[in-house]
Amino acid sequence: MKKDIWKEKTKTCNERDATFTTVSGIPVKVLYTPDDLSDFSYDHDLGYPGEFPFVRGVYTNMYRGRLWTMRQFSGFGTAKDTNKRYKYLLKHGQTGLSVAFDFPTLYGRDSDDPFSRGEVGKCGVAIDTLRDMEILFSGIPLDQISTSMTINPPAAMLLAMYIVVGEKQGVPSNILTGTIQNDMLKEYQAQKTWIYPPKQSMRIITDIMAYCSEHVPKWNTISISGYHIREAGSTALQELAFTLKNGFCYVEHGMKAGLSVDAFAPRLSFFFNSHLDFFEEVAKYRAARRIWARLMQDKYNAQNPRSYLLRFHTQTAGCTLTAQQPENNIMRTAYQALAAVLGGTQSLHTNSMDETYALPTENAVKIALRTQQLIAYETGVVNTIDPLGGSYFVEELTNELERGAYKYFERIDKLGGVIKAIEKGFFQKEISRSAYEYQRKLERKEKFQVGVNIFEEDEQPKIEILKIPRAVETAQIRQLKKIKRERNGRKVREALKELRRAAEGGENLMPKIIACVRVYATLGEMCGTLKEVFGEYHEPIIF
Amino acid sequence: MARKIRVLVGKPGLDGHDRGAKVVAAALRDAGMEVIYTGLHQTCESIVEAAIQEDVDVIGLSILSGAHMTLFPKVLNLLKKRHASDIVVIGGGIIPQADMKKLEKKGVKKLFGPGTPTSEIITWIQEATVKKRSRPKRGTVKPTKKLRQKAAVKRRSGKKSARQKKKPKHKKK
Repeated sequence: MKKDIWKEKTKTCNERDATFTTVSGIPVKVLYTPDDLSDFSYDHDLGYPGEFPFVRGVYTNMYRGRLWTMRQFSGFGTAKDTNKRYKYLLKHGQTGLSVAFDFPTLYGRDSDDPFSRGEVGKCGVAIDTLRDMEILFSGIPLDQISTSMTINPPAAMLLAMYIVVGEKQGVPSNILTGTIQNDMLKEYQAQKTWIYPPKQSMRIITDIMAYCSEHVPKWNTISISGYHIREAGSTALQELAFTLKNGFCYVEHGMKAGLSVDAFAPRLSFFFNSHLDFFEEVAKYRAARRIWARLMQDKYNAQNPRSYLLRFHTQTAGCTLTAQQPENNIMRTAYQALAAVLGGTQSLHTNSMDETYALPTENAVKIALRTQQLIAYETGVVNTIDPLGGSYFVEELTNELERGAYKYFERIDKLGGVIKAIEKGFFQKEISRSAYEYQRKLERKEKFQVGVNIFEEDEQPKIEILKIPRAVETAQIRQLKKIKRERNGRKVREALKELRRAAEGGENLMPKIIACVRVYATLGEMCGTLKEVFGEYHEPIIF
Repeated sequence: MARKIRVLVGKPGLDGHDRGAKVVAAALRDAGMEVIYTGLHQTCESIVEAAIQEDVDVIGLSILSGAHMTLFPKVLNLLKKRHASDIVVIGGGIIPQADMKKLEKKGVKKLFGPGTPTSEIITWIQEATVKKRSRPKRGTVKPTKKLRQKAAVKRRSGKKSARQKKKPKHKKK
């Protein structure tokens, strides 16, 4: 037997002194062969693109029909500054928008809130009222572009502002396309921007799903995100398992609220990380599609094939970028982007090389965008679908991640489901343990980061840095004061009172929030009103 | 036996990125230090209050939101007001080098950038704590004019100053 001969020979070979595991610690064999896929059935386990169980891709001809959306996450300073950056990106061939909000906006606080001091416009754009959103999208036709908004506790308010901006441009809400992140479960687990407790957050989310299925039918109502779970330090397997389990939790809540699964599930989308380990990432996306399709069919009895599709956005891994030798980050990002494309992503953000120092400069973000364009137009990887499908290694890794995810699902079920597990700190503990373990591996030199623990250089890098002037904060506060002076105070008070009444009862919050937005109620006023009714969340402290 | 090194790891402001803070907290704990982690979304006031209550040697702040030029100086000022400037303030996060220099001038003792091994942070804190404990507590013990003059003379003559000679004491409460 040829195999036996080879096996004998390997015994005489010396192996390098290295750890042969994926970046997440899954052992990798020296070779994969048909023996690793003994009971593999092509039709059952893989199938065809656009066909159940969608392992090879969610669309019939994938990138032959349409490339992924090149969508750079971007926002800083005032709405005017960010509008300028959007126009720059669109001019250079970006095909979708993705809004980064500053911390006060992410927490539903106004720019003049004491907690916002020093944070206004710093790591995203500052939005206080509808006026800022009008400026943000001025000259950008909302019927021609899709917009993703990374916003969670105040997702309903920002979506409402977007709808009203659309109206003002003459674009009805039923043709708006885009995404709000609106994934609160991973906030409690990893990204940590929260306002209200989980139960109340889930109510807002189901209100949004119900409202959109009727009025904004092309909108992705939740972007179920593994990205932040991974950035917080999880392994690839944890990212996969926790994200999908969160997805199923939203499905269960929607169904419990009386919605038909096929009414909202087609509008659920996903958001994954693309980390360093090339094949592990590709396998992760493929496993995710199969798990989602199978459980949506078998467990949740979805009938609409669109409910089976796991469509996802990918962002390359910010946590893998290094401050040392920052130009190397261009290469890291390129490999990660390639993994996302070979994994069949629907849209992609590529990080810029300077992001361990500050938000990216125009030049750095252009290189990041060009990286995607290079993959799309030069490498040829888009010519055929799922080119890694059928690789003994990739298929076995896909199976292994899938098996691991089901084991996590069982553990979470035993804890009483996702929300109970959050309250018990399960995810938080799992993630911080993995983060610490990875750091220790780096320090023991079991894993490497070029420029950090191998091939180090003493010289300090000299790179251009984007500066957000302090004047942004004062300008933004001045603008907010002006709007408060000019708006009709009585109408604002009435709209907020209506919102409170709906929150105390069971009425859908969305129409009330839209009414508040129209009369220029501030984000802080709307979130503050809900906070008075819903209370605030406090995290159990674990490290 | 010497009192264990006490460190408060704090997340001021709205920034939710806690991976670095938690990894550092765990590493310091495993290195035998007593670590108080504040959790997220703390005001500078509550961080300073906790640091004084817990009688820490070091405050380590983690800021990845870009608000470092506001939050670090605020903590330093509050410590000064509370006569607790002997507490060593260090930090880390996404901070451009030019800002790091400015903050170090303002009194932040050390800023660790991304990619710093935890072992480096541990060693730095151990050395800084030895130095700190060998100094009289600033703000609480004011050297008299006479003592200052004496110290100045000794320093000029190349001998150890009164300040340096002081034995570690650090007993509070």
